[in-house]
Amino acid sequence: MNQQVNSADGAQNRTSVERKGDRELVVTRTFNAPPSTVYRAWSQPELFQRWWVPKSASGVSLVSCDMDVRTGGKYRLEFGAGGSDTMAFYGKYLEVVPNERIVWTNDEGEEGAITTVTFEDQGGKTLLNLHEVYPSKEALEEALQGGAAALPEQLEQLDELLSGTGE
Amino acid sequence: MVQYVSPPLDLSFAALSDATRRGIIDQLGRGDASITSLADKFQMTLTGMKKHVQVLERAGLVVTQKVGRVRTCKLGKRGLNAEAEWIEAHRKLFEARFEALDEIIGEMTQEGSDEPAS
Repeated sequence: MNQQVNSADGAQNRTSVERKGDRELVVTRTFNAPPSTVYRAWSQPELFQRWWVPKSASGVSLVSCDMDVRTGGKYRLEFGAGGSDTMAFYGKYLEVVPNERIVWTNDEGEEGAITTVTFEDQGGKTLLNLHEVYPSKEALEEALQGGAAALPEQLEQLDELLSGTGE
Repeated sequence: MVQYVSPPLDLSFAALSDATRRGIIDQLGRGDASITSLADKFQMTLTGMKKHVQVLERAGLVVTQKVGRVRTCKLGKRGLNAEAEWIEAHRKLFEARFEALDEIIGEMTQEGSDEPAS
């Protein structure tokens, strides 16, 4: 398992998340492969769906995954937690530059962020930057406070999870 | 597990598995309150309310302070640090995703479709 060390870098490729300015969140990480490889894992649905939903999000799985990764294309991901209820995330690709960047909208919410992911070649490795830019400061604040608001929902999911273990 | 960020999650979940306790958290989100006023608001005995508050306190969701004869409750650090927690949760999600992505990239690299891994 991963050691949670907050100062590790260098040899270990760490994921960092920062709030930048009023309405932006930035996620960065380095991968030991050239951008073409990382881009492929990000743009081919059969590869993308193998990692976008981590195993640690137990109980939640991807029911369907449609991605037309090109400028103007659309995507739709549907998640389920075992029951008949599914949750959909969808939007369109505003800009796709193979091996360099993918920009998409998140249209399932009122004030969704625009996500930009860039793949930067660093001598055979890839520096990945993911920016989520919200339409307003308030929208980001809301997302940040969503943690507390989402609690009841998480509890429901937890209930479902627990009731599914035959306890 | 991360000990310094929060008490074990199951404590929090247990604490929040009760509708009244969720209501208390909600109420304290609007402002600090004494045990007495909470008991009034939720139409409970003082003893009953004290028990609920204790459960929340153990989970780190509420802190209480006694001044004179009045014990005031307010949201614990975990409630106040919603932003930091959210960012941490976000980081954990992406970290888990990127770990899985790393594995897949490793497989792809070994398939010889790219330069061999060093």
